[in-house]
Amino acid sequence: MRWTSRLIAGDRPGHPVATALVLALLIGLAFAPFLFPGTKSMAAASRICIVIVLAASYDILLGYTGIVSFAHTMFFAIGAYAVAVPLARGVEGWTAIIGGMFGGAVIAAVLAALIALLSLRVRRIFFSMITLAVASLAQIVAAQWRDVTGGEDGLTFALPAALGPAFRLLPEPFLGVRFDGRLITYYLIFAVCLALFWLMLRIVNSPFGRVLMAIRENEFRAEALGYRIVIYRTIASAQAAAIAAVAGGLMAVLLRYNGPQSTLSFEIMVDILLMVVIGGMGTLYGPALGATVIVLAQYYLRPGLQALSEATAALPLLPQLFHPDRWLLWLGVLFILIVYFLPAGIVGTLRRRRA
Amino acid sequence: MPPALETRGLTIRFGGQVAVDQVSCAFHPGTLTAIVGPNGAGKTTYFNLISGQLRPSAGSVHLRGQDVSRLGAPMRARLGMGRAFQLTNLFPDLSVLENVRLAVQAQSGVFLRFLSLAADRTDLTDRAMAALRRVRLDDRAATPAAVLSHGDQRKLEVAILLALEPDIFMFDEPTAGMSVDEVPVILDLIESIKAEGGKTILLVEHKMDVVRRLADRVIVLHNGALVADGDPAEVVASPIVQEAYLGVRPNA
Ligand SMILES: Nc1ncnc2c1ncn2[C@@H]1O[C@H](COP(=O)(O)OP(=O)(O)OP(=O)(O)O)[C@@H](O)[C@H]1O
Ligand SMILES: [Mg+2]
Repeated sequence: MRWTSRLIAGDRPGHPVATALVLALLIGLAFAPFLFPGTKSMAAASRICIVIVLAASYDILLGYTGIVSFAHTMFFAIGAYAVAVPLARGVEGWTAIIGGMFGGAVIAAVLAALIALLSLRVRRIFFSMITLAVASLAQIVAAQWRDVTGGEDGLTFALPAALGPAFRLLPEPFLGVRFDGRLITYYLIFAVCLALFWLMLRIVNSPFGRVLMAIRENEFRAEALGYRIVIYRTIASAQAAAIAAVAGGLMAVLLRYNGPQSTLSFEIMVDILLMVVIGGMGTLYGPALGATVIVLAQYYLRPGLQALSEATAALPLLPQLFHPDRWLLWLGVLFILIVYFLPAGIVGTLRRRRA
Repeated sequence: MPPALETRGLTIRFGGQVAVDQVSCAFHPGTLTAIVGPNGAGKTTYFNLISGQLRPSAGSVHLRGQDVSRLGAPMRARLGMGRAFQLTNLFPDLSVLENVRLAVQAQSGVFLRFLSLAADRTDLTDRAMAALRRVRLDDRAATPAAVLSHGDQRKLEVAILLALEPDIFMFDEPTAGMSVDEVPVILDLIESIKAEGGKTILLVEHKMDVVRRLADRVIVLHNGALVADGDPAEVVASPIVQEAYLGVRPNA
């Protein structure tokens, strides 16, 4: 295997267009502070990094193993609270962040393994319903356990000085970019997300990952070959949960806040599902592209429509059609178009065309 | 020496129907036993009970003298029971090679390796290719299993069994639905496994010429019960097989 191929665990995007998109995404994120300066675009780029990891970790369950879970945001939230709670209570910044991410990952993994062990023996539809119930329970706990979680209001906290806007790494801007705490925050998030994505590429291309695909394809046959599928599903669930928890910790750092709306809501769960389906299940790169599409739409569809609406102000009907309040409608149109023209998702459909 | 495989009073009921009825039978290394019986006789169900896909209502399964009745299908597979299914049972979206490689991987005890690359295990790939060559499917290695012809899927099913390198081979109508020119590949292959010696082979088969050619022993299942057991020529010619299995009365 060539070293470039080794670097991505031998897993190529599988089509020139997919490769171009993935490379553009990687370069765009790696140089985001220089290519897209500005507070809003930095926030969007950071969120894209985090959500890519969240969606890709869900792909390990849905796309690779065939597990339909609705509790994935719960693990995302566990990681976020594990960082937010100690920070809000005045624990030293870096200790809280690093300890919280590790602790959150461990708690998430154990909880995911327990849910999997208790319920993966039941039929799949019941498993999905159990995850739905557990996720609802988590929302109640987050809302009611105010002393710890801050309830619906959530928790606001300060970060270590090195991550604050006042901190200067270089006295003067370089290439037009201020080397401040925000830049450090972005590259911290970027580096952790890149490492996690690489880890997931390794997992799905390992002998273990091949067994996950076998379970997705035909669990009966996988058992007949000697694989104990409950163990595989349990471990996959724990891994995906731990990775989602670390992503949640990063989200808390990015927002300097955590609450049910930012990491635990069902809206996020629906978004994750859409990202994986739009990008292509079982491809990892696909969910990364899907996550990018959706975050960009969330950030830029409204202002884009606003501009369109103003540009067409003189024309009949069009300004109403492009009214920024219709952004959800246009997001829906976008989904339908993608699902219609790319039934196996962006990367999935491209791969099939190639084959 | 205990038999390689033995069932004692093996029974399963589906609702009121007894699909396998107190079957006691021992199978010895180096012997190919054909299992015959009309459609619905319980042959596949008997296999499912032996390899652990189904739990019996009564009775037990013994592997080299050890009671394995409480073990699930995966553990029995690891102990050397290999199964080729009657209804093709593959990983449809995975390549032909990957289908076989998964069997080799299990056989080699490569279970929970998370961070090494599957593609680096060229030893597993080589063994998978060797199994594919034996069924003459090596030129289709990169094809998804789902798009293979029915006959090729049957061959892949057999290649997976070969790759498991079991002590006990269980073939469930391996040539059913194959075209005439594909059948000899499979029959020669079963013969070559037999020639290796020491393997215990169970073969469910409807075609009497195949049974006569390959079997050392024939047992007959009828309504789930074992009704005849013995030398192939005798059993095939016996009135009970002629009547129960072929549905014709001798001299009628
Ligand atoms: N899971 C099941 N639930 C209910 N009934 C079953 C089940 N599996 C098998 N049976 C019944 O048990 C009987 C035996 O079926 P089996 O498939 O073992 O027959 P067979 O001898 O393999 O037949 P064939 O030659 O057609 O393959 C049939 O009447 C079948 O309908
Ligand atoms: Mg059958």
